[in-house]
Amino acid sequence: MAEIVIEDLKKEFGDFVAVTNSNLTIRDGDFFVLLGPSGCGKTTTLRMIAGLEYPTYGKIFLDAEDVTFLRASQRDIAFVFQMFALYPHMNVEKNIAFPLKTQGVKKSEIRKSVREVAKMLHLDTVLKSKVSALSGGDKQRVALGRAIIRRPKAFLMDEPLGSLDAEFRELMCFELKKMHNDIDATTVYVTHDQNEAMAMGDRIGIMDKGVMLQADDPLTIYNKPRAKFVGSFIGSPAMNFIDVNAFVKKGDTSIKINGSQLAIPQCHEDGHMDFNYLGIRPENISIVDNGDIKGAVYGVEYLGANKIITVDTEFGRLKARVPSVIHSKIGDNVGLEFDSNSIIIFNGDDEIAIKSQFMN
Amino acid sequence: MSEVKIENVSKKFGDTNAVSNLSFTIKDGEFVVLLGPTGAGKTTTLRLIAGLEKADEGKIFIGDRDATLFQPAQRDVAFVFQQYSLYPNYTVYNNLAFPLRSPLRSLNKEQIDRAVRAIAKTLHIEDKLKNKATHLSGGEMQRVAIGRALVRDPNIFLMDEPLSSLDAKLREELRLELKNIQVQLGATLLFVTHDHVEATTMADRIGVLKEGELIQIDPPEKIYNDPNSVYVATRLGSPKINVIPSRLLEIELPAKVEYVAFRPENVSMNSKGALDARIETRQNLGVEEIVTMGFMGEMVRAVVKPDSVPRSSKDVKFSVRKDDMLFFDKKSQRVYL
Repeated sequence: MAEIVIEDLKKEFGDFVAVTNSNLTIRDGDFFVLLGPSGCGKTTTLRMIAGLEYPTYGKIFLDAEDVTFLRASQRDIAFVFQMFALYPHMNVEKNIAFPLKTQGVKKSEIRKSVREVAKMLHLDTVLKSKVSALSGGDKQRVALGRAIIRRPKAFLMDEPLGSLDAEFRELMCFELKKMHNDIDATTVYVTHDQNEAMAMGDRIGIMDKGVMLQADDPLTIYNKPRAKFVGSFIGSPAMNFIDVNAFVKKGDTSIKINGSQLAIPQCHEDGHMDFNYLGIRPENISIVDNGDIKGAVYGVEYLGANKIITVDTEFGRLKARVPSVIHSKIGDNVGLEFDSNSIIIFNGDDEIAIKSQFMN
Repeated sequence: MSEVKIENVSKKFGDTNAVSNLSFTIKDGEFVVLLGPTGAGKTTTLRLIAGLEKADEGKIFIGDRDATLFQPAQRDVAFVFQQYSLYPNYTVYNNLAFPLRSPLRSLNKEQIDRAVRAIAKTLHIEDKLKNKATHLSGGEMQRVAIGRALVRDPNIFLMDEPLSSLDAKLREELRLELKNIQVQLGATLLFVTHDHVEATTMADRIGVLKEGELIQIDPPEKIYNDPNSVYVATRLGSPKINVIPSRLLEIELPAKVEYVAFRPENVSMNSKGALDARIETRQNLGVEEIVTMGFMGEMVRAVVKPDSVPRSSKDVKFSVRKDDMLFFDKKSQRVYL
């Protein structure tokens, strides 16, 4: 399988900049997820890796070979689309076998490969069925089978589970990841669904407005978002943000908001002169009797193992994830306490996290 | 607002029992959620209360009046549908004012204006009052639809999956608001959904429906911790509760116990655990990690702190405290020890 390297990639469609300044290394064997809202440039990036679009600027390497302007067919990759593009007049076996047949592989070998792939995807019992008679999930499996059988250097997938219902999607997520592990593939997977990304990705690249904001393993993405957008896009509920109308400078270990002094991890660089954000995850806020921050409970959402308590404070509306044994109800006055070690300060101008003892 | 009581209500469509012998009470000021999959009888129950369907058997009381034979208009209930169902040619203001202009209400212009503006403020659509209903986002349209119900001060609000057509973030935001408004107004509300998160986050009590029958109705904590059957236990929680045959565990149990269930967050993974399993996948969700294991041919899921389980080996041990186990007989009914 393959390593994919993207260097200074840029793509313009007329005046519209779809992708800009993107740098990325997708390691051999990684399940790499490109995540972002619609229009962020993730599909365009994938299509450039596939050779379905050519970049305006920058380079793409597949196993150290410069493939930037090679045609799709000249790159040893397989593309799985959102809609299962199957040949409706052929049965399952013929659909899966098709890529090998066009390559002129021997019949006996094709049969062997098809059988292997079908077994892996639980399609062995429907090989002779017409694809039109299959369920949505089985059709998607056939599309996957056709991609796998060529044993390409990399799989590129564009929201392949987008059209499936929730329960089935979860199952296919699981199977897809298993398949990836079984055949030791390099996979680039595009989705707008953060849960899918966190559940499947060895590493996740988050894009917004054409820019690759961060590429890291899921835990780092979650705990140490390098941009405000990443903190708000990942996590349910999202990270809390508080406006800081003050200069945050190198060496600071606390900040003043509305007259209250809050401890933060020591800053290793200056923030913006007069406007920054403080970011904190809901599970790093606890409800206490005598917290520094006081507020009134706006909502209590029971989730089984824990609950989300929404509190209106002088800093705005904040959400805390607390154990289910904590009891409060709408209208209660409560105190909040921050776990100051996990606070991140974002520069108010570019909304990028400033370096600190926590964000090294 | 009023209490609504349903007594032994049944409704058939052809040979299908849409609702069978249903009895429950929605107390004055209570938020009850009916939870169940498609075809469980949720919407039929709402329509029976609204008077859009006639019960074959049983009685429906609204306030202290027997409303079983009342026309829909006489029942004074407010229905919010999954699809927004606004008047497209009207402005937001007129959509909200419409129910108040009914001749039955005899409100003057000022009273209507005050009510419309108050509800618009509550729902954060004050600046949209002059917009046409069609010139709104999906979330705004559903806010208006909910507002049109709220403005009326009916006996009960009946809501049929009103959030299901919205995207995830908006759904989260609106369910929080809806619950807050319901508490502020002291509204009586019956809400149906197939989404267990909506149910646990908003309900005072959840009624779990299966094929037209009410299986259990209790506060969310009780439904989650103390379900009366495997069916109810598996309705709430993500990932789902683990259910395995009791013979796989070497603990002493009464003979009639066939299944043992335990929540993923109650599975502890450590080298001293009593049970051997093999990790199949790990899903790191940031706030927690879901570890899926194969255990004697069954699948067991654990929710643990991210990266708290070493990656060095796929062979692991786990344990579950007996206090955290629920026991069920061969008909999947709860057995209390």
